[in-house]
Amino acid sequence: MLQLVNFYVVPGLVLGAIYALSATGLSLIYGVMRFAHFAHGDLMALGAYVALGASTAFGISAWAAIPFAAAVTVPVALAADALFYARLRRSLPAVLLISSFGVALMLRAVIYLIFGPTPVTFPRPIVPPLVWEGLRIQRRHVWIILGSALSAFVLHLILSRTRAGRAMRAMSDDPDLARITGVPTAGVIRLTWVIAAVLVALAGVFLGLDTQLQPVMGFNVLLASFAAAILGGIGRPWGAAFGGLILGLAEECATYPLLAGAPLLEPTYKSAVAFAVLIATLLFRPQGLFRGMI
Amino acid sequence: MEQALLYAATLGTLAGIYGVLALGLNLQWGLTGLMNFGGLGFVAVGAYTAALLTAPPSPTHLGGFGVPWWLAWPASACASALLALPIGAIALRLRADYLAIATIGIAEIVRLVVRNEDWLTGGPLGVTAIPRPFESLGTPLGQIAFLLLVGAVLSLLFAAAQAAAKSPFGRALRALRDDEEAAKAAGKNPARLRLHAFLLGAAFMGVGGAMMTAFFKFIGPDALEPVTVTFLVWVMLIAGGSGNNWGAVAGAVAVWAIWAATDWLAAQLPGEAATRAAYVRLFLIGLALQVILIARPEGLIGERVGSTQR
Repeated sequence: MLQLVNFYVVPGLVLGAIYALSATGLSLIYGVMRFAHFAHGDLMALGAYVALGASTAFGISAWAAIPFAAAVTVPVALAADALFYARLRRSLPAVLLISSFGVALMLRAVIYLIFGPTPVTFPRPIVPPLVWEGLRIQRRHVWIILGSALSAFVLHLILSRTRAGRAMRAMSDDPDLARITGVPTAGVIRLTWVIAAVLVALAGVFLGLDTQLQPVMGFNVLLASFAAAILGGIGRPWGAAFGGLILGLAEECATYPLLAGAPLLEPTYKSAVAFAVLIATLLFRPQGLFRGMI
Repeated sequence: MEQALLYAATLGTLAGIYGVLALGLNLQWGLTGLMNFGGLGFVAVGAYTAALLTAPPSPTHLGGFGVPWWLAWPASACASALLALPIGAIALRLRADYLAIATIGIAEIVRLVVRNEDWLTGGPLGVTAIPRPFESLGTPLGQIAFLLLVGAVLSLLFAAAQAAAKSPFGRALRALRDDEEAAKAAGKNPARLRLHAFLLGAAFMGVGGAMMTAFFKFIGPDALEPVTVTFLVWVMLIAGGSGNNWGAVAGAVAVWAIWAATDWLAAQLPGEAATRAAYVRLFLIGLALQVILIARPEGLIGERVGSTQR
């Protein structure tokens, strides 16, 4: 039992928190702008690498470098929107999706150019894990889970208590109605990018701390992030966060040796869980758990 | 002289193969509006099907059945279409974006299977010694004969794609893409039409994969990568003109020429700079896509519908 918690549930929650941060941003973007943002993964990788650069340049920890990561991902997201997406806003959503795919490649090329293709890790001092009644948990895992929970809470306050947040939800519910009732759509779109870019920078740094940094790290979790957003009901930020947690737990627990020591799923096939969840959602509940847009 | 001839044959062969892939994507995206970002998966399945069927027997992977290419290539088309069937049946009922996401998943699953199922695909070792049609003709002649074969396949598939685009089937696909409600009102079955277009496009990609393995005489997990298979084909189609088969082929040839030329230029640079040049090229191809989408969304040769005399 303890083994299940230590080696499967806790890593699952950590991975789930990272997926949740990324999927929430995807879901917000989808809700407001109605397109699947394929550059989200590479924006995440960019955030992680900027944090790495800042932490080596200034000799600070990865946690302290998070503001630097966000200080780059936010302007990059806003610039991509102003330069490319804004000009395509009147085309089909599919064209925006293709455009974001191009942005993804551009971001990845920049990461390769500056940081090279070799996987690297954040400088990580060796600290003993917290132990309590046989329960062992790495300190960085505690911080990742707490950090994600805190950002979810702050996002909740923004969406439910501020005027801007309400405008955002209004636009996500019915863009035309929002426009004619005087919601400043351009401002809402900018705010959406800011929030999504901050969340994805966090996700990138957390993913880098949990595993390692490589230029395709973000693209590798893009499928899982989309699966989480769709599972939660696309356009529903809380649903996406919940979907992320479920997916992270499912991915880690899928390899649990439940039957006679053999893992349920070979660990090499772990990333297939996201696909299975995606297909199952599309088959049985395409609107997602929390009734997103279909 | 012979060196230059061989180089030209290589470029021409690959341009022809890319032409087939672009035609396949044009059936899906250009004609029907289906977003397939998992081209790699369908190409890989076609490639491995042909590889396992035509290769000599080997203990490192399944089969090696020594089947002739003219049987193996159609089998590749069927295998890729078979892969497209379940995913199409599930995702095509829903929003277009969901298909794009699901196809990324398909590519990932194919990658996992290829890498891990050693008994089937030879795992990281891949499949080697795949015969190439006409290689018995000797060095320059064999390559040229293969180039002609690829050209013939491209022409055949082009004719098929043109016939499909002009047929009632093609018109129904366009109608569906542009106004689903109107098409439905006219008694068209959107799900079935879309599925047919998706399967047909996947079959084209399978043939492209089969020709690629025959050309390189090898297939392995790292032989195909998303940038050069999936993404480059998208750029080709968008640059050439989606919805138009001429545009698809023209885009394939033009973008491939640029790609190969920059490859050659980068190779002239010293070691480290050559690697960096490859990244710069990746950036520029992403930027080029943006410029085309914004400045010339119809591409080199736009779609022509309506009057038949044009």
